[in-house]
Amino acid sequence: MTEATSASPVRDDTANGEFISFDGIGKQFGSNVVLKDLSFNVGFGERVSLIGPSGSGKTTILRMLMTLLRPDSGTIMVNGKYLYHEERNGALVPASDAHTRQVRSKITMVFQHFNLFPNMRVLRNVTEAPVHVLGQSKDEAEARAKELLDMVGLGEKLGSYPSQLSGGQQQRVAIARALAVDPDVLLLDEVTSALDPEIAAEVLDVLRDIARTTDVTMLLVTHAMKFARDVSHRVLMFNEGRIIEDRPPEEMFNDPRHERTQSFLRSVIDET
Amino acid sequence: MSWDWAYIGDMMPLLLDGLRTALIATVIGFVLAMVLGLVFALLRRSKTAWISVPVGFVVEFIRSTPLLVQLFFLFYVLPQIGIEMSALVAGIVGLGLHYATYTSEVYRAGIDGVPPGQWEAATALNLSTRRTWTSVILPQAIPRSIPALGNYLIALFKDVPQLVAITVAEPFTVAREVIAESFKPFEAITMAGLLYLIAAFVLSYFGRLVERRYGTVRV
Amino acid sequence: MSGAQIGLLAFGAWQTLLLTLGGAALGLLFGFLGGLARVSDVKILRAIGFVYVEFFRGAAVLVLAFWFVYALPMLGWQLEPLFAGMLALGLNIGAYAAEVVRGAIQSVPSSQYEAALALNFTTGQRMRRVVVPQAVVAMIPPFSNNIIELLKASAVVAVVSISELTFNGQLIWSGNGRAASVFGGLLIMYGIMAVVFTILMRLLERRAALSVGRQPDPGMWKRMRRRAEVSA
Repeated sequence: MTEATSASPVRDDTANGEFISFDGIGKQFGSNVVLKDLSFNVGFGERVSLIGPSGSGKTTILRMLMTLLRPDSGTIMVNGKYLYHEERNGALVPASDAHTRQVRSKITMVFQHFNLFPNMRVLRNVTEAPVHVLGQSKDEAEARAKELLDMVGLGEKLGSYPSQLSGGQQQRVAIARALAVDPDVLLLDEVTSALDPEIAAEVLDVLRDIARTTDVTMLLVTHAMKFARDVSHRVLMFNEGRIIEDRPPEEMFNDPRHERTQSFLRSVIDET
Repeated sequence: MSWDWAYIGDMMPLLLDGLRTALIATVIGFVLAMVLGLVFALLRRSKTAWISVPVGFVVEFIRSTPLLVQLFFLFYVLPQIGIEMSALVAGIVGLGLHYATYTSEVYRAGIDGVPPGQWEAATALNLSTRRTWTSVILPQAIPRSIPALGNYLIALFKDVPQLVAITVAEPFTVAREVIAESFKPFEAITMAGLLYLIAAFVLSYFGRLVERRYGTVRV
Repeated sequence: MSGAQIGLLAFGAWQTLLLTLGGAALGLLFGFLGGLARVSDVKILRAIGFVYVEFFRGAAVLVLAFWFVYALPMLGWQLEPLFAGMLALGLNIGAYAAEVVRGAIQSVPSSQYEAALALNFTTGQRMRRVVVPQAVVAMIPPFSNNIIELLKASAVVAVVSISELTFNGQLIWSGNGRAASVFGGLLIMYGIMAVVFTILMRLLERRAALSVGRQPDPGMWKRMRRRAEVSA
């Protein structure tokens, strides 16, 4: 997160077009095939929304990138390094935990159900990783945490426990917690699905700010179509484990080509 | 047969000494069980099969076999390989080890009760495995385990009379010594048993108080 | 190992088996009486059930065994030692079993009581024909924990000189002084018996589950591991 991005969306064809790349990824749970031979790239600083009906494999993508779920086949590269593999004597072998940990170190995730640590106060939720993973001093980490919590509008709640906060407040803490580790990649997994629409709007505003003021790469799974349209450079439409349409938001939402996309967009837009 | 109060009056101080020994064994044994149980629970969760499987086997084995025989083993076999323990220490180690196999299950349930989202958040923040355990998982799992651990304190206390078999000076051992001189078993055995019974009730009463107070701890 | 020693161990194992099975039979009897008393409509029965459970859960097997073997004869009641052991085990495990019975009966849905009432069953018929048969299925898994606890507890009566496995092991040890092989061997024998009991109870559990048309859940080993969570 350094400077603000320019208004023009970053595309595949830029120099950084392959910051993250999925290649031939497959995944099935039992007999249920979730992803089939899936390949796509995301550029550095690009913000990509993953949309589609539930069960179409969007969340699976994020969870694989966060190393919460291993792909059955295929490779994932982040910043030129394999996430699940290492090259040894010219062959790809399964990566050691240390390698995977190192590659994922600049990736973080915000979850649908916030997943704050209930045994820690808000401030410590945010400083825990900077102090113990990045090796920041406690003072340094706390100063930065306070800044971030101010930014998400919770500067007053440093000493509260998560259970004392509303869902929307918890999610904003979770966003501050994620930003505190200074990520290159921010994964947002249905971050407003567990919230009432009004509360969700507050959270989305915070994320809009972040999109506007930073160049963190974002992959977001969301059902909030207006938000997806506002913040993303690209929208991927998933259906039955495949990407059936991959276009800039204004084209995707105004002129969906695929019949499945059209019916999906009609159904979600009708709902909201 | 007549109930001899004077005889009881004479032996009571000795029996109470015995009860004190029994309580010491209970407390130290239980602390050992709490610590070892956590170690067992963590080792059984090890991703390395050659740690988790043997530990699992040993834990199951200890839990399925009698404490009394384990006490004999500790007290009579270990000195042969150079580990000398007093009867009381052997008793405490035996109780601690035996009950660690129960407390490890309590901890396991407590650990399993931590929602998967907590592990996922720790991964998302790239916390190390050690840090994830010490600052996220155990601080949530241990408070959950406390009420159930309390039951085992009482269960452990009720197994303390078995230390008579390795001559620890608990109330029954005391009673036997008294009987050896007096040849009057009825009062001595009855009083030793009553002492245990009363102490067990007092313990479980306090156990329930603690449980009522902390049983609904929310983390 | 001499033939005499093998004989001692075999006899001891037999006595341990008798103690466990006898204790289980008595425990089942006391457990049902106690458990039914605790859910009874009659206040005095409930009180008796409560006192039984509280008292005998508090009293360790060893305490009872000591008292039966050394104190009771002073009152003119000389019990056969093996029976004294069974009684101590049965009274203790029965108190735990009573709680299992009570829990299982209370877990039968109230709609079943209502249906029995609607069919005009008497209270006795309702329990015998409707409630208990369903509750029994829920009792078996906790009972199989109890029986392993019972097997372990049976060793305790060695202390009052009942010649079961542990006591006979001690005899052999005092003869040959080989503590490691004697006590190690005893532990292995108990371990094997525990596995056998667990497997038998598991089979019983499957049959009982099928008898009320339920699918038995898989995984005996899972059940074995869960054992410790339920028993205290």
